[in-house]
Amino acid sequence: MKISRRCFLQMTAVAGGGFMLGLYDRPWARAQGAAPQLTPDTFIRIAPDGMVTIMARGPEIGQGVRTMLPMLIAEELDADWNKVHVEQADLDEAKYGPQFAGGSMSTPIGWEPLRRVGAAGRLMLLAAAAEQWRVPVGECSTDAGKVIHAGSGKSAGYGELADRAAKIAPPKMSDVKLKDPKTYRIIGKSQRGVDNHAIVTGKPIFGIDIELPGMLHAVIQKCPVYGGKVKSADLEAVKTMPGVRHVLAIDGTLSTAVVVPNEPGMEPGIAVIADTWWQAQQARKALKVEWDFGPGKAQSSDGLAKKAAELLKAKPENTMRSYGDVDNGLKSSAKIVEATYSYPFLAHGTLEPMGTAASFKDGKLEMWTTSQTPGEGHALAAKAVGIAPGAVTVHLIRAGGGFGRRLMNDYMVEAAWLSMHAGVPIKLLWSREDDFTHDAYRAAGYHGLKAGLDADGKVVAWRQHLITFGEGDDYPAGAEIDKLEFPSGRVPAYALYTSQMPLRLRTGWLRAPSVNAICFVCQSFIDELAAAAGRDPVDFQLELLSATPVLLDKPEQGGDAPLNADRLKGVLEMVAEKSGWRDRKKSPGRGMGISAYFCHMGYFAEVADVSVDAQNRVTINHVWAAGDVGSHIINPRAAENMCYGGIIEGLSHMQQEITLVEGQVQQTNYHRHPMLRMQQTPKIEIYWRLTDNPPTGLGEPTLPPLLPAVGNAIFAATGKRVRILPLAKSGFSFA
Amino acid sequence: MPLKLIVNKEEKTVDVAPDTPLLWVLRDHLNLKGAKYGCGIGVCGACTVLVDGRPVRSCMTHAGSVAGQQITTIEGLSPEGQHAVQKAWEEVDVAQCGYCQSGQILAAAALLNRNPHPTDAEIDAAMNGNLCRCGTYPRIREAIHHAAGATAEQK
Ligand code: FES
Ligand code: FES
Repeated sequence: MKISRRCFLQMTAVAGGGFMLGLYDRPWARAQGAAPQLTPDTFIRIAPDGMVTIMARGPEIGQGVRTMLPMLIAEELDADWNKVHVEQADLDEAKYGPQFAGGSMSTPIGWEPLRRVGAAGRLMLLAAAAEQWRVPVGECSTDAGKVIHAGSGKSAGYGELADRAAKIAPPKMSDVKLKDPKTYRIIGKSQRGVDNHAIVTGKPIFGIDIELPGMLHAVIQKCPVYGGKVKSADLEAVKTMPGVRHVLAIDGTLSTAVVVPNEPGMEPGIAVIADTWWQAQQARKALKVEWDFGPGKAQSSDGLAKKAAELLKAKPENTMRSYGDVDNGLKSSAKIVEATYSYPFLAHGTLEPMGTAASFKDGKLEMWTTSQTPGEGHALAAKAVGIAPGAVTVHLIRAGGGFGRRLMNDYMVEAAWLSMHAGVPIKLLWSREDDFTHDAYRAAGYHGLKAGLDADGKVVAWRQHLITFGEGDDYPAGAEIDKLEFPSGRVPAYALYTSQMPLRLRTGWLRAPSVNAICFVCQSFIDELAAAAGRDPVDFQLELLSATPVLLDKPEQGGDAPLNADRLKGVLEMVAEKSGWRDRKKSPGRGMGISAYFCHMGYFAEVADVSVDAQNRVTINHVWAAGDVGSHIINPRAAENMCYGGIIEGLSHMQQEITLVEGQVQQTNYHRHPMLRMQQTPKIEIYWRLTDNPPTGLGEPTLPPLLPAVGNAIFAATGKRVRILPLAKSGFSFA
Repeated sequence: MPLKLIVNKEEKTVDVAPDTPLLWVLRDHLNLKGAKYGCGIGVCGACTVLVDGRPVRSCMTHAGSVAGQQITTIEGLSPEGQHAVQKAWEEVDVAQCGYCQSGQILAAAALLNRNPHPTDAEIDAAMNGNLCRCGTYPRIREAIHHAAGATAEQK
C-alpha cells in the first residue's frame, strides 16, 4: 500500500489520453473503476444562439479550475471564449472523470483528456457543416465559434450547426488530432475568473451561502480534546432558548486506531439546530457539558518535543534509505556540520469555515458541499446514514479556500447525519473556533542532521533522522518522509531514518503535504553546508544537482520518478539571474537567501531579500520565483495568483503554530495563528521557464522553497540560523 | 422586537434581539450573503460593511446600534457591480477563492472615497485589517491603483 509521493506523481506523467488512477497513493484519488472515456456531449452544450456551455468538473477552491479546465475544452473546440458559459458539474466521476482538487493534479490530469473532448466536439461540428453543405469535410475549417467553407464562402455559427452535430457519432477520442499550440487563442492568454462578477457583487455562490426551503442551521459542540466524549450534558436547558429546534447528542464513530486516520469517523458531541446560525451558536455556548477527555489529555506539545529530543539521541527505528558508508564518510570528512531542526503543527484556517448543507428525505440524501474530494465524502456520507451511494446526490459548491483541509470530509458526514436525525434540511457551519480546534493538522516534525564535507567543500556523507508520528509502516497523513528526499541519491553516502511517537491528534494534508516543512529543513541545511564550505549556495546546489544520481536498488512501483536535475538547475539559474543574486551586496541587517525544490511535478527556485532590525524584526522586501511547470502557462494571471498564494502562505507558515496543552489546541482564532497581512507582503516577481513537458499544477510547488529562502536570507543578514519554526522560537518575528 | 435598519438605501424591519450581530441579521434575516463570516471576533474583515460610509466589522456590531444609520453591503455598493473598485477587481482578476473579497472591496471603496490616489503604503495601512487567506494582496494593491486611475506600480 505504501507508494511514495513521487511515484504518485509519476503515474500521471504517463498520461497520453488516458491516465492511470489506480496507483495514486492518496485514498481520494484511488480509482473506483477504470477511468471513464470522456465524450464531448458530457462536457459541451451549444445553444441555437451560439452560446457554448462547458461543464467545469472539479471543485473550485480558489485555484481557478472553474476557468482553466473549460479553457482547455474551449481552445480545442475553437470556441469564442466570450460566448462560453461555464456550468458546474455535479459529482459523477463515471461521467466526468476525476472530480477532486488535490495534489496540484487538476492540470496534469486534465490537460490531455479535456483538450481531446474539445477537439472531438470541433470535429463533430465540422462534420455537421460538411453534411449540410455537401462538401468534403477536409475543405472546412473553424474560426472562433463558426465553421467556414473557403471554397464557397459559406460560414455557419456553431449554434446553427449544433442540432446536426449532436446527431453525429463522436470520433474515436484517441485518434483526435490536437491543435498546433502556435495557433492557440485561449490557452496562454489571461482569461478572467468566470465567477469574478458574482464575487465582486456579493452573489451567494459559496458553501456558507446555501439556502434550502425549510432549512435549519446547525453547530456542533465537540470535545476540546481529540478522542474525548460526552460524559453528561444538560440538553433540556438549551432546548428552550430562542430559535432552538433540536438538540442532538452524537455518540460518534471515532476510530480508536493507534495511528489516527485522517478520516477517523464522526466525532462525538452535541449538535444544536436552530432557526438561524446565531441562535444555534448562542445556545451551543450556553451548553453545559462534562467531558470524558480520555487519554488525549495527557498529551502536550512540550511533552512531544521532549520525547522527540530523547529519540533524536537514540538509535533510529526505521531506515528509509541507506547507501554508501555514512559513518566512515563522516569520520573521514574535513568538516562536520550538525544541526537540529523542528517545526510545529499547523492549522489550515480556510477563511470559510467547514460546513455542508444536506437534505435527507425519503431515504435519499442531497448535499451541497465545498469538499475537495466529494467522491470520498459521498461514500462516507452514504455509509453514515446507511443508504446506498446511488441515493446520494452531491452538488459541488465554490469553497472559501481549501489548502487541503477539504480533502477530509468530516463536515459532510456530520451534515448528512444531522439532516437525517433532525428530519429537516440543515446547513452545518462550524464556528471559527471549531475550525481551529478540530482541524486535521499539518504534522509537526523534528530532524537531526549531520553531514560531512571534504577538503574541497564537497558533501561526502549525509545522515538525517526524522522524529515523527505513527507506528511501523504507518504514518498519519503528512507525517512521512520520502526516501528520495533531496539530496538523497545526490551525495556519495546517505542515510535517512525515522523514529515514531504515538499521537492522539488528527493530522491531514496541508498545501504541499509534508514537504512544506521538510523542504525548509533540507534546503536550510544545504545552505549551512554551503556556508561551512565557503561556497556560494547556488554553485553548491548546482554541483549537487550535477552529481550522477545513485538510484534505488529496487525501483519503486511504477518506475523511478526522479527529479529532473536539469529542470531544477534551470530555474535555479533563472532566479539567480532575475534577482541579481551574483551581484548582491553584503550589508549588515540585510541579506538574500535562495532555495530550489521539486514537488508535485513542479520545479521552483526562490530568492528572498530581507532586512532585520536590532529587535530581530524581519521585513521581507522582495521575493523572486522562477518556475518550470512545463510547456504552457494555461491562464497566466491566474497562474501568478497561485504563485502569490503559495509564497504568501509560506510566509504565514513561518509565524504560525498549533500547540497542545493538556490535549487542547491553544490557538482558537486567527489572532493566535496569524495569517500574513498586507503590510507584511513583499513585492513578488514570478518568472516562467517554459520547457517541453506537459503542463503541471501550481497549487503547491511554490510554497515549500519560500521558507528556506527566507531562513537563509535571515542568516545572510544576521549570521543567525533559523532552525526552529515558528520564527519566534528562533528569536525572530515579522515586522 | 422589531428593529428598523436602513440597508442599501431601503428600510427593513427585522424581528431580532438588538444585540444580534449585524452580520447574522444581514445573512440570515435579510438574505444578503455578501458579508462573510470569517472569525467572528473582528480580526479578519470578511464581514466588512459600510455604516455611513465607514467600514465596520459587522460581526462585532450589534444590529440595534446601527438602527437608522446608512448600512451599505456589497450588494448595494452599485446596482450592477459598476463601482470603479468592483470593475477593477474584475479586470485585475484579484480573487482566488473570493471569500474575503466583498470585505476587501468595501474597505477599498471607503479608502478611495477619502483618499482618491493612495500610495502603496497608504493602501497597505488602510487594508491591513482585511485578511486574505489566499494571498491576493499583490493583486489588491494593483486593483486599487487601477481603480484610482493610477498606473499600477507593481506588475
Ligand atoms: S468575521 Fe468579522 S472580522 Fe472576521
Ligand atoms: S481570496 Fe480567498 S481569502 Fe481572499
